[in-house]
Amino acid sequence: MAPEELELVVSVPPHIREREEVFQIMFWVILGLLPATLGGIYFFHFYAIKVIVLSILAAVATEALFQKARRLPVTINDGSAIVTGLLLALCLPPKVPWWIPVVGGFIAIFLGKQIFGGLGYNIFNPALVARAVLLLSWAEHMTKDWYTALKVDAIARASPLFLAKQVKMGLFQLDLTRFYKICLFGNPSGCIGEVSVLLLLIGGGILLWREIIDWRIPAGFIGSVAVLCPLLGMDPIFHVLAGGLILGAFFMATDYVTSPITPNGRLLFGIGCGVITILLRSYSILLEGVTYAILFMNACTPLIDKYIQPRRFGVSKGK
Amino acid sequence: MRPRTFERGIYLLGRKEATQNKPIEDIPLPPEVVIPLHQHVGAPCDPLVQKGNRVLVGQKIGDTDTFISAPIHASVSGEVKAIEPHPYFMGTEVLSVVVVPDGEQEEVRLEVPDQDKLTPDRVRSIVREAGIVGLSGTVFPTHVKLLPPKERPIDSVIINGCECEPYLTGDYRSMLESTESLIVGLKIILMTVGAKKGYFGIGVDKAEAIKRIEDLTAREQNIEVVPLDTKYPQGSERHLIKAILGREVPRDGVPMDIGVLVQNVATTIAITQAVREGKPLMERVLTVTGPGIKNPKNLRVKIGTVARYLIERCGGFEGEPGKIIFGGVMRGEAQFSLDVPVVKGSQGIVVLPKEMAEISSPRPCIRCGRCVKVCPMSLIPAFIVTYVMEDKIDEANAAGVLECIECGACGLICPAEIPFIQYIRFAKNILLKERKT
Ligand code: SF4
Ligand code: SF4
Repeated sequence: MAPEELELVVSVPPHIREREEVFQIMFWVILGLLPATLGGIYFFHFYAIKVIVLSILAAVATEALFQKARRLPVTINDGSAIVTGLLLALCLPPKVPWWIPVVGGFIAIFLGKQIFGGLGYNIFNPALVARAVLLLSWAEHMTKDWYTALKVDAIARASPLFLAKQVKMGLFQLDLTRFYKICLFGNPSGCIGEVSVLLLLIGGGILLWREIIDWRIPAGFIGSVAVLCPLLGMDPIFHVLAGGLILGAFFMATDYVTSPITPNGRLLFGIGCGVITILLRSYSILLEGVTYAILFMNACTPLIDKYIQPRRFGVSKGK
Repeated sequence: MRPRTFERGIYLLGRKEATQNKPIEDIPLPPEVVIPLHQHVGAPCDPLVQKGNRVLVGQKIGDTDTFISAPIHASVSGEVKAIEPHPYFMGTEVLSVVVVPDGEQEEVRLEVPDQDKLTPDRVRSIVREAGIVGLSGTVFPTHVKLLPPKERPIDSVIINGCECEPYLTGDYRSMLESTESLIVGLKIILMTVGAKKGYFGIGVDKAEAIKRIEDLTAREQNIEVVPLDTKYPQGSERHLIKAILGREVPRDGVPMDIGVLVQNVATTIAITQAVREGKPLMERVLTVTGPGIKNPKNLRVKIGTVARYLIERCGGFEGEPGKIIFGGVMRGEAQFSLDVPVVKGSQGIVVLPKEMAEISSPRPCIRCGRCVKVCPMSLIPAFIVTYVMEDKIDEANAAGVLECIECGACGLICPAEIPFIQYIRFAKNILLKERKT
């Protein structure tokens, strides 16, 4: 036991770890998205598989190439690019041309993440940046031809939110409650990841149970929609179920990097997302408000972090 | 009733199985003891002996006139071999008295009065002469704590029986094996500071200790046993007070400001031994443990015994050692050498094998918020370290870096492996130096 033989590590405490690695966190997120992904594949078959694979490959390849080119350590094995690619695919319609997910995956990683400095530094949710750019640039591909993927009846293939908007404008009468079941169990008229709210909730439940995401964000998001809708004369259940709200509330808004770091900040962030979504859905020409609501709140995150901080221990409330 | 606790913090694995059921063992005298002359918060002691002197067990070998300090006593009888600087567990060197035991263990004790003639002043002077300090990480001289200023009376005394550090079981064993001394100690403290009420705050993982102390204090109106949740860092003074009394120590204050005195288990027992038997503080109970130790044990150890000897007494290393920690794995200090002596504040020696002694490879923060969720001081550790990294010490100060109690909870769970304590200590050092000048 001579001291010369010992190679002792000397570092600051703590000396044990009970952490989850980044790749483990990403693994759980992917697992949480799996039910909805499988649901999308069940409804859209090959179309969905194609979009998902291309989107993930584009995202991962962009990350690897960019980091290689900049001579940075290649971090694709932390899983975050896979999550970005998958999230993007899930908010694309199934029958987009093949280059849409490829361009999207590239934009997500390049514009959405790497030019800010990589994981941890980006301001906006990369998948949503890509979706927003695609929506603005190729609106017809992003909205029009999604339902030609399948032969379904006229009601089921029109987007529920589109119909709701027309009802609101008084174009015709329709009982929105008939959509509850469709949205919950299988709605083949939206994006790949939006076919079934139930499947999304199962995945979201997994993430809540594993404490991967903070319940405050989806709670604030969905809660504020549910409260605000009746005040504006809208059907709350319909608006919670329709469109990408559940996908956004559980999987997009909860992105660590682009949402606030404190518990109360997260609640406020969620509420902000919900309020803006409903304002966009009811007062703008947009059908869907979730993407822009989250991106807007992403931009507010530094401000929320600055002003919404926990009361520190031993500091009286007045001070 | 649900055990009481504080906000935030983290549930840790206890990792106490290896030693919690092993009684405290005495060990044979080591071949030499190395007794540092500065083992406490406050002024260092001057040596009172010279090379070649024979010293007795309990003989004072170091002292000073400064109020905030505590004398040092010999833990063995024998010859002073040297008085020289020696490695200390904080990574520094401290002037130390090296004694080679002669095996006689001839002893001197302090003079103590009849127990019914005890006065607060008498207790304080015995406690000071016995060299008693807080026997946990804080090592603050106990006689100073026992003298609250008139304008800030103490109403409650809490004995800290949380031992929330993983692996360590010395306090738990002491609570079981010296229960009566512990209760007497609390009564002595209550009398000394004139407090009305005494509490034992004990983690519910130590059910046997809770029961034993409850049984022995059932008829004491002014003593209450409070079971606490097994959350980390429940043993932090501030969080103990919060859990038991619901009061918060102001961020720049001390427990005394809100009328509370906290003592840990070992200190309380040492007070009893000094006041009743005139025994100075020259040994302590500690746990030698961890997956890198063959036969982990709770030991009663002479102050000044070096780690190497204690590890040998516990069967040596299990596998290849990677880290030797003085204290616990959450807050303790990793050592360069096995020649570091046990001092008054050493609660344990934990050895981690090579595979557990990882060197962290920090990455950018992913803003997961886990550090915020666990920080018992409700700080935002992620922001504090970012400020320090960017050399914005004033911002780090505004963000509360000086309030950090260095519990290590944030570093335990951070997926980005950020070495928080390193940055936090760096900033604290700069700020404290600025404050002084
Ligand atoms: S735990 Fe680590 S990665 Fe997570 S927010 Fe805190 S510093 Fe960042
Ligand atoms: S910042 Fe300090 S007090 Fe807060 S968790 Fe980290 S070490 Fe503990």
